[in-house]
Amino acid sequence: MANQDNYESAVNASDKQAEFDYERKGIVHRIQHTLHMTPSLVPLVVLLGAIIVFAVILGGRFFSGPTLTLILQQVQIVGILAAAQSLVILTAGIDLSVGAIAVFSSVIMGQFTFRYGIPPAIAVALGLAVGTGIGAMSGWLVSKVKLPPFIVTLGMWQIVLAANYLYSRNETIRSQDIREQAPFLGFMGQRFEVGSAVVTFGVVTMVLIVVILAYCLRSTSWGRHVYAVGDDAEAAELAGVNRHGTLMSVYMLTGFICAIAGWVMIGRLGSVSPSASTGVVGNIQSITAVVIGGISLFGGRGSIWGVFFGALIVGTFELGLRMAGANAQWTLLLIGVLIIGAVAVDQWIRKVSL
Amino acid sequence: MSTEPILSARNLVKRYGRVTAIDHCDFELMPGEILAVIGDNGAGKSSLIKAVSGAVIPDEGEVFLEGKRVRFNSPIEAREHGIETVYQTLAMSPALSIADNMFMGREIRMEGILGSVFRRLDKKKMEEIARQKLNDLGLMTIQNINQAVETLSGGQRQGVAVARAAAFGSKVIILDEPTAALGVKESRKVLELILDVRSRGIPIILISHNMPHVFELADRIHVHRLGKRLCVIDPKDYTMSDAVAFMTGAKEPEAVAA
Repeated sequence: MANQDNYESAVNASDKQAEFDYERKGIVHRIQHTLHMTPSLVPLVVLLGAIIVFAVILGGRFFSGPTLTLILQQVQIVGILAAAQSLVILTAGIDLSVGAIAVFSSVIMGQFTFRYGIPPAIAVALGLAVGTGIGAMSGWLVSKVKLPPFIVTLGMWQIVLAANYLYSRNETIRSQDIREQAPFLGFMGQRFEVGSAVVTFGVVTMVLIVVILAYCLRSTSWGRHVYAVGDDAEAAELAGVNRHGTLMSVYMLTGFICAIAGWVMIGRLGSVSPSASTGVVGNIQSITAVVIGGISLFGGRGSIWGVFFGALIVGTFELGLRMAGANAQWTLLLIGVLIIGAVAVDQWIRKVSL
Repeated sequence: MSTEPILSARNLVKRYGRVTAIDHCDFELMPGEILAVIGDNGAGKSSLIKAVSGAVIPDEGEVFLEGKRVRFNSPIEAREHGIETVYQTLAMSPALSIADNMFMGREIRMEGILGSVFRRLDKKKMEEIARQKLNDLGLMTIQNINQAVETLSGGQRQGVAVARAAAFGSKVIILDEPTAALGVKESRKVLELILDVRSRGIPIILISHNMPHVFELADRIHVHRLGKRLCVIDPKDYTMSDAVAFMTGAKEPEAVAA
């Protein structure tokens, strides 16, 4: 080191070492930091706020067991689809085919039972398998062929929806037939009462899916890898994450959960219809719940609980405004405001590092 | 040099189409040393390092770790052999915590049924080890190991990345431009960290453009030019201008042996 040009002498090397001291910068900064750690707080506050406002306006008519559980029943399909959607969005992707997969899976469950006489339980299992398979195809195209998720699932949406009409010959299976010949298909629609609350197995399934996913995302290495891949796929790979395996598992699980949503749809609607509106609007509804729930569309941030609250917010607005006698357009308008507000909050939370 | 090199390569070749990034290159890293790899942009430094760390599979040639022939098909395989790389991009997930990042891809699960059936992570243990490793390096006074990496400064991030490598790299640590994105003060801290890692007996490959840093830290300097090793010099025998002249081809080394 004899030749070293000593131009760093002005820098005092014995300066204080780098520190992790977190400087508190007042209440706003503290809120920002808290939200950064627990992003699902925003939708929870909005949800509780909405319930309180409607309870004040509508009184006991709204704030009662049957009404509040009616919200749960009304959001069960979208809630499950949104849980599936959040997995893909956490990996910085998007799945436009969730609704189509749900409808196609429900059609397969129904047609396999009635056209081929397969026992309903096996038909349901096959429907779930088909959903998983469609997810696997999308996952493979995204992960191996490296096509953008938006394009892959936009195409898959059309393909699955068209296959759905072609295969079902646009026939609806009547609810009467399902009730009489294959009640298992409608199992998710069975209801039981807890006090004054009415709960269906579909609602229980939705909550279970959210609880299990929340656990897996938080407390298993698979969950950490999902976040890492969504945050920065290249970095995750260099750090030792199996990017392909993680993406495949996410898309397959998404397909599987969408197929469960298909089964829940049979219970909720009573019939199996290839033209159920979920096939077309399911995507947008699920993405709406995800965004309001505070999951970043850029991937790697947010929690599944937020999405659950997001779905409930939409359901609360819809039912509350309808009970208040407001024009249905007000619901859409408010949801639009919420979407933009949620993304604005997301951007603000990201600035916590600055 | 009577000792065996801990990591070495013979006759490495890597072509990308018509471009030959590595052209019959040799490479040696001795135990306990800091070997700097310098060279002009496009000379093939990164390709060489990727070839010995598994990020790139060489077309020809052999890599030896402690005298034994090894073939890495991915950085993960190299890692399993105790070779850790700190990439220029750091390979960290900004939204995840320090502890999450340090254990990315090698998480510790709980013991018993919680871990084996429910796959539950032992967060407490990982946090403890992460804190321990950062402290071991005399690195930082940590307030919150669960802080997201994106809330750290550039130097702190680099520190965490080096700590991660030092925590798991049992045989070799490769640092790719560790100070390139840092200010003078932050660089200084990272340099101290590198010396600290060496003092624990782990050899380091340092790729850098910063001649003062290279001359300060390196025990030997591998000068890379046109895809191969031009020479290995001792920083005590040459000046920085000499080194730059070798790199650019303005000057030929008298004796290629070192």
